[in-house]
Amino acid sequence: MTEQVCSFELAGMTFGVAAVEVQEILRAQPITRVPLADAATAGLMNLRGQIVTTIDLRARLGLPRRAPDACHLNVVIRSSEGVFSLLVDSIGDVVSLDREAFDFVPENVPAHFRDLIAGAYKLPDRLLFVLVVDRVVSHSNGESS
Amino acid sequence: MGADEEILQEFLVEGRENLDRLERELVGFERDGATEESIGAIFRTVHTVKGTAGFFGFERLQSLAHVAETLLAKIRDGELPLTTDIVSAQLAVVDACRLMFDWVEQTGTDGDDDHLALKARLEVLASAGPTSVEPPVHVAAPALDPMLADAERVETTIRVDVHLLDKLMDLAGELVLARNQLLKLAATNRDSNLVVSTQRLDLITSELQDQVMKTRMQPIGSVWNKLPRVVRDLSGELGKQVRLELDGKETGLDRSVLEAIKDPLTHIIRNAIDHGIETPDVRLASGKPAEGLLRLRAIHEGGHVLVEIADDGAGIDPERVLAKALERNIITLERAAKLTIEEAQALVFAPGFSTAETVTNISGRGVGMDVVKTNIERIGGAVQIESAPGSGTTIRLKIPLTLAIIPALIVSAAGERYALPQSGVLELVRLDPANGRKVERIDNTPVYRLRDELLPLVYLPQLLGIGGATGTTVVVLQNEGRPFGLVVDTAQDTEEIVVKPIGKRLRDIVGYAGATILGDGKVALILDVRGIATLAGLSSTKRRDVDERRDDIIGGERYVIASVGGDRRVAISLDSVVRLEQFAAADIERASGREVLQYRDRLLPLIRLGDALGAMPAPPTDPVHVIVYTCEERNLGLVVDGIVDVIDALAALSTIDAQAGVMGSAVLGGKVTDVVDVTAIAVMAGYASGAM
Repeated sequence: MTEQVCSFELAGMTFGVAAVEVQEILRAQPITRVPLADAATAGLMNLRGQIVTTIDLRARLGLPRRAPDACHLNVVIRSSEGVFSLLVDSIGDVVSLDREAFDFVPENVPAHFRDLIAGAYKLPDRLLFVLVVDRVVSHSNGESS
Repeated sequence: MGADEEILQEFLVEGRENLDRLERELVGFERDGATEESIGAIFRTVHTVKGTAGFFGFERLQSLAHVAETLLAKIRDGELPLTTDIVSAQLAVVDACRLMFDWVEQTGTDGDDDHLALKARLEVLASAGPTSVEPPVHVAAPALDPMLADAERVETTIRVDVHLLDKLMDLAGELVLARNQLLKLAATNRDSNLVVSTQRLDLITSELQDQVMKTRMQPIGSVWNKLPRVVRDLSGELGKQVRLELDGKETGLDRSVLEAIKDPLTHIIRNAIDHGIETPDVRLASGKPAEGLLRLRAIHEGGHVLVEIADDGAGIDPERVLAKALERNIITLERAAKLTIEEAQALVFAPGFSTAETVTNISGRGVGMDVVKTNIERIGGAVQIESAPGSGTTIRLKIPLTLAIIPALIVSAAGERYALPQSGVLELVRLDPANGRKVERIDNTPVYRLRDELLPLVYLPQLLGIGGATGTTVVVLQNEGRPFGLVVDTAQDTEEIVVKPIGKRLRDIVGYAGATILGDGKVALILDVRGIATLAGLSSTKRRDVDERRDDIIGGERYVIASVGGDRRVAISLDSVVRLEQFAAADIERASGREVLQYRDRLLPLIRLGDALGAMPAPPTDPVHVIVYTCEERNLGLVVDGIVDVIDALAALSTIDAQAGVMGSAVLGGKVTDVVDVTAIAVMAGYASGAM
């Protein structure tokens, strides 16, 4: 049994979301910041007339901040709470992964990271962490700014 | 299953509509008397409910409708006269049917209540009349009529899911934005074909938006339809006679607006019947017809709808309103004396006001007209009241046609643009320190003197944490009837903006009402005036507290104005002051490490007011100015730099972040002055317990 995963890079690590949840990939878009929002909220963008909340995945996962001028991309995803855009460093391929290579994240990985991840695919040269989209976009364990 | 579900949904929607119609007709019966035609219509409606209930196998519903129908048949055939009892019983049937419809919707069955008592009541009513007449032979015939009627209706109207209309509305809004962008491009282009096509697109888009908005419009009558029943039940309960006149039922409003005005409207009507219209004997005694008149009128006017609710009742007695307002500490005596009759009557909109002598379960719970006002203002509307004591009250609501598109002022702060709903904006003030239009500070809290009133200022960049206390433009906003100033960098144009939600993740942040897409395609947040006030600590609870204290202070008192710490002005109520004295600096002695003076054969403890208030240290003066005052039956001396004046205090006190020992600030003698809380000062210095 295989799973189609759209992969991308964040701070040198590889992440992915189920390909069926991805609506589109966009180049960097003008973003309106939302003061008073939590640190993971990058702001709002106009996606063909729809106002979409953009989430800075690095901040959401507690990874080091991106350099201000570093390029980034939007992965637009459909969650049960609507459409969101995730900011990533760079985009990889859509890969077919064998469920055999899937494993859960060990308990000793910090909770703020582990909570957002379904598990990891053990690729030959690295790990690919699969994000749980609904948890990434939720505000439950949202760290306030 | 899907098809069945759909049919069932249709059954519910139609059934409920039928019940609504039934209710209207029944109430109409009572008012206008029954004609053969109207009884026929009502009979057919019940028959339809019965028939469809039978088709779906809802036996309880069917059985109840059957009993109701039997009674109606007798009336139709002239065997029974139509009485109030019968109308009441039929209305009870409507209520019972509604309950069963709710059951059907939630559980798929028509519940477990057989409504035996109600059926028995109907049967008793049905058997009361002469029984000699044969049962009607043409019962089956009317069953065809509703179908015919339906067939006629189907040709011109269809049922459309509201969400589909909402989506259409969104898309039309987007089209408008896309058009705006294109218009900007075309303006810099020389291609005449492009310009002409763009202009055509411009016109078509506007037309389309208008028409799409109209699809969401519903006649105000759809809300009014419930009112005859409300009026009937209420006037019956209160022993009053009320005739309801509805004018302009067809006036269209966006459904979101209709939803928002439903409760306020019902509340106003309840109030009018409960407090406005008198009982028949009182009315007759004052030369009015026994039956009161309640008239509702709706008309389009400019981009708004005016709804007028007028009664010919007792009107609002300004004296009684004033007395109540004073009793509840809603206003001060000073202000009360200055109010015009209209202003006094408008006090019924003040929070916490309720004039009902006896609290009824209809109105008078203290959450009355202020809630109406708040709700109407929240959707950008306005409420106005006009009342002639003895001859009636008219309340006018001015309501926007739609909530989806609102006029908004675009402001910028720290490089970002924000939209402020125009309904909350009172005026714009440009700060210009060179010409005296400057920001003053009360203990670090910025205020602006607007026509001699102290206007608390809030710096938008600072409030949002995106910048400092900068900006040159003050947008004067109104929250809960009180103005405050929002300082921004610039205020741009007023634009019609399409309000869009900002999604679950950000919805809980206080301060935003939504977001919109501006003409250049960028997203801007819409600021929520109430939320901004809350964020800035200008919330109502804090202010109410101040109001009470204000009542304490400002009751025609006189104040001593003194200076401390160089140029800081303070005011002390003359009430507690014993004397103003001057002493040579050398007379001050120390006892237990504290400064004292020998005064009238006693030791007078001294408090340096400047130090107590944390004012800038000023060079000691000689002689020393001391304000001697009494606190908890002992004399204390306040050392100040100088006595400036003694004046009558008429200005309003405002507390913005008042520091310890200060009650608040007021413009006294043309300057911002802190009003000192002398008791608190004594407590702070350890000379009083403060337990009074």
